[in-house]
Amino acid sequence: MRRGPSWFNITAITLGFAFLYLPIVLLVIYSFNASKLVTVWGGFSTKWYVSLLSNQGLLDAAWVTIRVALLSATLATVLGTLAAIALVRFGRFPGGTLFSGMVYAPLVMPEVITGLAMLLLFVAIGFARGFWTLTLAHITFSMCFVAVVVQSRLITFDRSLEEAALDLGCPPFKTFFTITLPLILPAVVAGWMLAFTLSLDDLVISSFTTGPGATTLPMKIYSQVRLGVTPEINAICSILIGIVATGVIIASIVTKRREVERQRAERLALQIG
Amino acid sequence: MAMTTTGAPGRGWLRWLVVAIPYLWLIVLFLAPFLIVLKISFSTTAIAMPPYTPALDLSAGLGALWEQIQEFTFDNYIFLTEDSLYLQSYLSSLKIAAISTFLILLVGYPIAYGMARARREWRPTLLMLVILPFWTSFLIRVYAWIGILKPEGLLNQMLLGLGVISEPLNILPSTLAVYIGIVYSYLPFMILPLYATLEKLDETLLEAAADLGCPPIQAFWKITFPLSIPGVVAGCFLVFIPAVGEFVIPDLLGGSDTLMIGKTLWAEFFSNRDWPVSSAVAVVLLAILVVPIMLFQNAQKKASE
Repeated sequence: MRRGPSWFNITAITLGFAFLYLPIVLLVIYSFNASKLVTVWGGFSTKWYVSLLSNQGLLDAAWVTIRVALLSATLATVLGTLAAIALVRFGRFPGGTLFSGMVYAPLVMPEVITGLAMLLLFVAIGFARGFWTLTLAHITFSMCFVAVVVQSRLITFDRSLEEAALDLGCPPFKTFFTITLPLILPAVVAGWMLAFTLSLDDLVISSFTTGPGATTLPMKIYSQVRLGVTPEINAICSILIGIVATGVIIASIVTKRREVERQRAERLALQIG
Repeated sequence: MAMTTTGAPGRGWLRWLVVAIPYLWLIVLFLAPFLIVLKISFSTTAIAMPPYTPALDLSAGLGALWEQIQEFTFDNYIFLTEDSLYLQSYLSSLKIAAISTFLILLVGYPIAYGMARARREWRPTLLMLVILPFWTSFLIRVYAWIGILKPEGLLNQMLLGLGVISEPLNILPSTLAVYIGIVYSYLPFMILPLYATLEKLDETLLEAAADLGCPPIQAFWKITFPLSIPGVVAGCFLVFIPAVGEFVIPDLLGGSDTLMIGKTLWAEFFSNRDWPVSSAVAVVLLAILVVPIMLFQNAQKKASE
């Protein structure tokens, strides 16, 4: 039996998505506004994008942000994947409850608390604040998001392949890299992307843990937003939205294609078997 | 969980390492900082760097640590009770977060329900459309609303143009704008867990109810809603807990009369530079949130087993 979608469902989805997307669409449209008054349309122009290129402070901040995001996302993915394996495979070990608590708490912990706590740690141990403290802080909160994403893949994971490899004498280390990792790779990649965007986006924890010379793009945007809305900010925001949207769409297409290929390979294997 | 494979050499230390690396990382960079916050909340403000006394100095040995502990004071906590700003900030944060959570549930449920009942081939695309704004910057999403809500913004221009109002509404800055900002920013956090439970719902139950003459609305309250409770609970925690400590939204959209504890803590730290009092504010906030956080962790753990 297949019921057609009711008009209630269609209305709910349409209104819901309009609410989610309209503000972002308007923001992008007004970044092409020739008028300096953001909300008065003065014709189409790309001059705000051109003027961004000559804003050295902004370019520096963008460079810091990208370096922190690349480094922290990569390390967070390694640590988060290990944490996910520890949670799913070695569920019961001494201190396991504390461990799972520490993995889930950062997901909901108000950022002002995490930020303040990490800053006080860096001050207490006398670690000079700047690029590295920023990166350490970003690794710590984003690794937990990676752990949750990878964990959900590991739970639905068929372990018989892994066990077969181990039974045939493949060392655990090699089994992980030749069997386990390729199978959980889509989740690991998704985790990396999530960690990357979380790092790109973070304002509160960064403001606490940064030091001289390490101003990130969100911190720069925030200080300008406080002074007022300008088409230039709309332009930076539009570029960031464009980068993230492209990344997510490409990733989902790649994942889908991989999934289709995997299913075909499995069918093929069954026919041969 | 029992390990089914045995006898593989090297498995022991490898297994130990997989647990130990992330474990130690979180203890040093997540748990230890909270103990330091707790310790500094008992310290006195000082004009120095770091701006509190006694400074934490583990190199002096355990004897010195005991002397430092004797210098501890509850002054910061007493200060929090003396100035009504703090109590009002905590209460107002809880109220704003609770009302927002309810509003998000109200807005998010029909969307998640509509998605879960959409044609199967449409669902991945719809899911992706919910996740996409969640990936774009939080700050940018809040900023987008400034352009819409401000006195000469798009909403007022539209309403003035249509003749609905004769003078601009003063929505920005206000507590109403904070509600709009929180509902908008946290909506995907509610939709995703709701969709996950609603999608798994066995539709034959609803068919059985319909066959037995149960009207659709009654079937919803008797079958669909009770079965979606795990999603409702997860969504509410994911929204409520961070919303209590929210800083960006009340700071950019709220007025000076919109009190929220995240804003108060930020001002205490960055404007007043009073580290011990900000630490005390953080400790009390954590004490308020510890019960919901633990409930959330339990729900997560149960879901993963």
